[in-house]
Amino acid sequence: MSATPLLTVDGIGKSYGARIGCADVSFDLWPGEVMGIVGESGSGKSTLLGCLAGHLTPDTGHVIFDTTADGPRDVLAMSEPERRMLARTDWAFVHQNPRDGLRMGVSAGGNVGERLMAVGARHYGQIRDQATEWLGRVEINADRIDDKPRQFSGGMQQRLQIARNLVTGPRLVFMDEPTGGLDVSVQARLLDLLRGLVRRMGLSAVIVTHDLAVVRLLADRLVVMKDGRIVEQGLTDQVLDDPQHPYTQLLVSSVLQV
Amino acid sequence: MSDYNFAYLDEQTKRMIRRAILKGVAVPGYQVPFASREMPMPYGWGTGGVQVTAACLTPDDTLKVIDQGADDTTNAVSIRKFFERTAGVATSTHTAEATIIQTRHRIPEAALSDGQILVYQVPIPEPLRFLEPRETETRRMHALEDYGLMHVKLYEDIARNGAIATSYAYPVKVEGRYIMDPSPIPKFDNPKLSNTPALQLFGAGREQRIYAIPPFTQIVSLDFEDYPFEASKAPHACDLCADDTTYLDEVITDDHGGRMFVCSDTDHCETRRDAGYRGRLAPQEDAA
Repeated sequence: MSATPLLTVDGIGKSYGARIGCADVSFDLWPGEVMGIVGESGSGKSTLLGCLAGHLTPDTGHVIFDTTADGPRDVLAMSEPERRMLARTDWAFVHQNPRDGLRMGVSAGGNVGERLMAVGARHYGQIRDQATEWLGRVEINADRIDDKPRQFSGGMQQRLQIARNLVTGPRLVFMDEPTGGLDVSVQARLLDLLRGLVRRMGLSAVIVTHDLAVVRLLADRLVVMKDGRIVEQGLTDQVLDDPQHPYTQLLVSSVLQV
Repeated sequence: MSDYNFAYLDEQTKRMIRRAILKGVAVPGYQVPFASREMPMPYGWGTGGVQVTAACLTPDDTLKVIDQGADDTTNAVSIRKFFERTAGVATSTHTAEATIIQTRHRIPEAALSDGQILVYQVPIPEPLRFLEPRETETRRMHALEDYGLMHVKLYEDIARNGAIATSYAYPVKVEGRYIMDPSPIPKFDNPKLSNTPALQLFGAGREQRIYAIPPFTQIVSLDFEDYPFEASKAPHACDLCADDTTYLDEVITDDHGGRMFVCSDTDHCETRRDAGYRGRLAPQEDAA
């Protein structure tokens, strides 16, 4: 483990008028580490993720990212072009609904290739080869490369979205409920795939979910949020097996044991 | 002369349009918003081009109007008449004689010269429009030079058709900065955009945008390294003037599959026929 964290979140707060979205959230994310953020609906998970990924502007705090070129930099103080460049090279964002993350009118190959073309790839053959390779990695048949995402099932759309995001080799992936809206068997395959990719590519990830099984499988560390604040954080197994905060205890005990 | 102000628009409006044009010239390829006026013609008939022409006209100008290359089609004839009546300027069908040429969807075959102004009628000025419907977002993309999406469109073309099938309104990059829609000219005309001595102005009336290419500006058509841009045309010679280097229109002549290819630029074709060139289907009495 290197000496600087990949991402340092320091006192992030965002309120919607008088209502608190999230408040005083701080944590470090180390290279190669997967951080899970759990909590009930409305606990500020998605607001926090939006603030980290630059989709929302937080009211307070800093998000410091260890950039390849210039070392640690405050993302919120970056200019818009720099942030966009970061968002299509070092970062990736997997939306809960693939419709938000994909271009539904563009073929699967075009979707995967978009990020490559956005960073300057101008060779059709190479773009297509890379798209084909990535479709293979997320278990989509190469002969579907020219089909539009709307002809895909929900699980395939989600896998396509992941391929589209990982094709430029990002170092940090934000995921917002990556398995939401999928049935359990598809969820299991997707998680398996994600775990493989994350481990093989040495990615760091921040995963927001309300599904404890997802974080149990993927996350190294866990943050539990309630009413916009962190109530407990620690190693995943430690938090899930020995919850300290009453809310975490409630959360863990609410999971149905089959 | 009529009761209208010179060239129909009032002086303040022309001044406003000239300011937009100047800004457009200063930032080549950038779409300048302007307060487009209602013109006595429907949107889609060249209201943007007419306003730009009106703002550029002086009493000494000679105006030429072409529609798909032709001087004698409805749109060209009515706009030419409009300015004959409201501005009383001289008109011509000869490219070389004109100082201002308003065009719909073509660039004249004859090389343009120093001092000429080419005014394009533009239906949809935003090249990213069909890829990204939000105006706020496309403006931001232009501002940040975030143009990956434009190549996605070309990628889709190749994936679906095996070649870049976009044959008109082919996107170009202006001086290495802005991506621009050259209006629906055939891609055959794209190379002529670059490095011309004439000033090129683009007016979109409904969309209220003006943009410009100053003389001797570098214009590059977008492409892929392994699928380079190609200025395509029908592989024939003109059946009237035998020129095989011009952009051709296909004309169906009967219902038995008969067809002929003729220059879309009527002035160019006539000039060549006057010079004695005869194509495959040129009328016999002409030959005599």
